[in-house]
Amino acid sequence: MSPAEILATNLLSPVVLAFGLGVAATLVRSDLEFPEPLYQSLSIYLLLAIGLKGGAALSVTPLTVFVGPAAVTVLLGLVTPLTAFAVLRAALRMDRINAGALAAHYGSVSAVTFLAAVSFGEATGVPIEGFMPALVALLEVPAIVVGLLLARGAHARPGEGEGSGSWAHALHEVITGKSILLLVGGVAMGWIAGKERMTPVEPFFVAGFQGALTLFLLEMGLVAARRLRDLKEAGLLLVAFGTLVPVVHGVLGVWAGTVAGLSEGGAAVLGTLVASASYIAAPAAVRIALPEAKPSLYLTASLGITFPFNLVLGIPVYFALASIFGG
Amino acid sequence: METKNATMVTIVAERLLRDRLVEKIRALGAKGFTLTEVQGEGSRGWQAHEFEGPSVKIETLVRAEVAEKIVEAVAKYFEHHAVIVYLTDAKVVRVRKF
Repeated sequence: MSPAEILATNLLSPVVLAFGLGVAATLVRSDLEFPEPLYQSLSIYLLLAIGLKGGAALSVTPLTVFVGPAAVTVLLGLVTPLTAFAVLRAALRMDRINAGALAAHYGSVSAVTFLAAVSFGEATGVPIEGFMPALVALLEVPAIVVGLLLARGAHARPGEGEGSGSWAHALHEVITGKSILLLVGGVAMGWIAGKERMTPVEPFFVAGFQGALTLFLLEMGLVAARRLRDLKEAGLLLVAFGTLVPVVHGVLGVWAGTVAGLSEGGAAVLGTLVASASYIAAPAAVRIALPEAKPSLYLTASLGITFPFNLVLGIPVYFALASIFGG
Repeated sequence: METKNATMVTIVAERLLRDRLVEKIRALGAKGFTLTEVQGEGSRGWQAHEFEGPSVKIETLVRAEVAEKIVEAVAKYFEHHAVIVYLTDAKVVRVRKF
C-alpha cells in the first residue's frame, strides 16, 4: 500500500470516524453527552476484554518468546519519562513539578490508543502478537513512579499526609486503580483459563468489541474536544512537545520491539504504546501525589494533543517504521 | 419540642477528596453525615468532574468546637484542590445525637 492509501485506511475506519464525530459534536455544541455510567461500563468492558484476550494468548506463548519484549517494555517505561522530562525542562523551561507530572503521562500508556493500533493492524492485514495487552499492563506503572520521583526530587517524603500529595495513596491508586486491576486481572483470568475455556465468553467479549470501541471513541472525541479550549493557554511549544516527543518515543519503541524479536506488527504496536500518553491512570495518580501540578497542562497535552495526533497520524507512521526496521 | 444549638458544616469538594474528607470528619467527632453528588462551577474554572466524577457535598451536624476543627482540617486542601466549607447555625432536637 502507498502511504496515502495507508493513511486513508486509518482515517476511514469507524473508530477514527467516531472520534471525529465526537469532536464535531462538541464543536457545534450538540447536547450529545455520554452518561457517566455508560462511560464507566464501556471502559470496564474494553479493559477486561483486552486483558482476557491477552491472557489467553499468553497461555499459549512460550515464556522465552515473551521475556524479551516484556523486559524491553519495562525498560522503555523507565526511560521515556526521563526523555520527556529532559525535553520539558530544557526546551520548554517548565518547572519541575509540572514537568514531572507530564513525564508520568508520556511515559505511561493509553489503552485506547493501543486498541486503535490493533484495529489498524487488523484493517491492513498486519498480524500482531496476541500477548500485547500484557505489555500494556507492564508499561503503565513504572513511568508514573518515575515521573512522580522526578517531580518531587529530593523532597519526596513517603507517607506524607493530607493537603499536599501522599505517595502511599498515589501508588495505591495506580496499582489498584481500575485500569491496572482490570487489565492485569483480565490477563490473569485469560492465562489461567486458557484459550479453550474462553470460548463461551467470546461471543460477548470478542464479537462486541469493535462496536464498543467505536462508541468509546465517540466519547473520547467529545472529551478531547473540550480540552481544545485550553490549547490557546497551552501554547505552541506544548503542541510541539505533544507531537514530537511521541514520535521520538515511537521510533524508540518500534526499534526496541524489533530488536526484542517482535514481529513487524508487534513492533509497530509497541511503538504506539510507547508513543501514547496516559490520560486515565496517570492523571489520577498525579492529581493525588502532585495536586499543585496543573491538570490543564497535562490533560490538554495527553488528551487534546497527543491522543488525536497518534490516532490520526502516529499509528500509520509507526506501522510504516516497523516495516522499514523489520525489512 | 425543645431545640438546642448545633452547627451545620457543609463541604463542597471535588470527587478526589471524598473519602479523605469523610474519614477526617468522622475522626474529628462527627457522628454522621449526608453525602450528595453535586454539579457546579467554582472560582478555579477547572472542572474536575470531567475526569473524576461529580463533585460531592458533605453535610454534617456537629457541636461548635467540632465544627471549628473540621474547618481547620478542610483548610489544608484550599491551596491545591477545589473545595469550600461553610458553617450554618442550626437548631436540633435530640442534641446528644450530634
